[in-house]
Amino acid sequence: MAVKRVGNQTVILQKPPIILESASIAGKKEGEGPLADYFDMILEDDLFGEKTWEKAESRLIREVLLKVIDKACLSYSDINYVISGDLLNQCIAASFGVRESQIPFFGVYGACSTMAESISLGSMIIDGGFADHIVCMTSSHFCSAEKQFRFPLEMGSQRPPTAQWTVTGAGAVLLSSDISGIGITKITTGYIADKGIKDANNMGAAMAPATAATIVAHFKDTGLQPDYYDMIITGDLGKFGGELCCSMVENEGYKIKDRYKDCGVLIYDLEKQDVACGGSGCGCSAVVLTSYLYQLLKEGFIKRILFVATGALLSTTSSQQGESILGIAHAVSVERIGI
Amino acid sequence: MTKKEYQTYVNEKAPKSPKLINGIKAFVVGGLICIIGQLIYNFFISLGLLEEEVLSITTIIMIFLGAILTGMNIYDEIGKFAGAGSAVPITGFANSIVSPAMEFKSEGQIMGVGAKMFVIAGPVLVYGTITSVIIGIIYYFIRM
Amino acid sequence: MEFIKVFVVGGSICLIAQLLIDFTKLTPARILVIYVTAGAILSGLGIYQKIVDFGMAGARIPLTGFGHVLVKGVIKEVDETGLLGAFTGGIKAGATGITAAILFGYVVALVFSPKPKK
Repeated sequence: MAVKRVGNQTVILQKPPIILESASIAGKKEGEGPLADYFDMILEDDLFGEKTWEKAESRLIREVLLKVIDKACLSYSDINYVISGDLLNQCIAASFGVRESQIPFFGVYGACSTMAESISLGSMIIDGGFADHIVCMTSSHFCSAEKQFRFPLEMGSQRPPTAQWTVTGAGAVLLSSDISGIGITKITTGYIADKGIKDANNMGAAMAPATAATIVAHFKDTGLQPDYYDMIITGDLGKFGGELCCSMVENEGYKIKDRYKDCGVLIYDLEKQDVACGGSGCGCSAVVLTSYLYQLLKEGFIKRILFVATGALLSTTSSQQGESILGIAHAVSVERIGI
Repeated sequence: MTKKEYQTYVNEKAPKSPKLINGIKAFVVGGLICIIGQLIYNFFISLGLLEEEVLSITTIIMIFLGAILTGMNIYDEIGKFAGAGSAVPITGFANSIVSPAMEFKSEGQIMGVGAKMFVIAGPVLVYGTITSVIIGIIYYFIRM
Repeated sequence: MEFIKVFVVGGSICLIAQLLIDFTKLTPARILVIYVTAGAILSGLGIYQKIVDFGMAGARIPLTGFGHVLVKGVIKEVDETGLLGAFTGGIKAGATGITAAILFGYVVALVFSPKPKK
């Protein structure tokens, strides 16, 4: 009997895993944004001393892994699993980033929902009694993402106002079987939603329906109301996608507007930084969670958040074959426990 | 909401491109690039070269300018401002060849630079050539 | 006067492409293909030469002008060598542009590297 399940999509963790530490590395542009003070490290050069964008992104993963383990005063051998993924084909940033560590590795792909996906899986593994320490992390890099999904960097092209800007950065959390701290209490796993959006310059609209469905499912399954949370924060819907998602959730009778935020909107100054609708990429929600949100929770400014990382599932091949962009979103409740 | 309804809803609500401004920028920048071409043409004509030669020289210089501005990380800024105004002139054709060649240098000389150089401009050559062959054949039979 | 013609014709050709991008779902890559094809067809119909006569570089520099060069070459060769000209004329006439693009593209790629955008 799956006694920890409630409703169709949600699990309640009986021994909520604790985020022992978090670490974040952000790119140069992100370091010029409003959250700069919260990052552990800001790159001066987005190549990060490497020869290619892909190697630079792997290095982001490697360094953020080291950093989170260091901050927790642990070593590689203390970590039972690392769960990671990224946007590059075959998730090479993650696999090449952790290759020296010899930590048992699960590679996952959920596009920009990867942070919530890896935390979901890591939390269930710890709650199941299979591990004491798990690192969940992800990364994205503007340049490697442009190269793979859009155009070469030096190609002259315009971005429509619904476009978003891939965040250069990586974020990691170290989950542990401790009993007090900032814990993961509930997980609502989303399903794939397809509303037929094909415009790769409007990812927010492609992901909004899946996100709204996951948020609504979370409240239905748990019986909670939005005011249980101090903040309901989505991954990278951007300004426009966030508005769509909010109104879809409100149509279902859950008033979330007063506590709704989006990581893609928080990470940049939308007026000054020329990023159209805001940030995107796996690194977007990962970096905001592991810096800004974690510190707010740690210092007690907020006590509970619903973190909903949002992903657009597509490849250049699926788009060229005329397929629409699939949306997915996973929610995790992050709460202060016993502190 | 059905797929269709959602798509219409999104199209209505989505922030729109500033079409008028974009159009003016494309017109002005496109026009200016053509004037540069005309200046080069006039200069070499004034040296007394044949028109055929001058047309070739103008093409070479314009492509060189597009290529070098791409290399110096300037053409992408022009493109962000001007859109089609800098994509449609032959300097933009050069940009579409140079930019992937630079980007994929990291995958080596053969499968990187060599293979990816025409990843964007290739279709232009394919369809331009095929169309010209078809027109040539039609012309041959009409002329007979 | 000459430069006004060049500016207006060249600017208008670019403006039409911009309107196609902003008002339709056409991607820039498709528009470039449409442009070279349209230039070739208009040239075959004898229309593009008139635009060139009026707008000079304004009609030659945009990609439609490349389609025009290909077709002009094909027609010239067909006149001189018959049907074989349909195969030889286009690339021959476009050789300058293609060769320059390959050469400069290669050299620039060797020397310069892409930079992250601001």
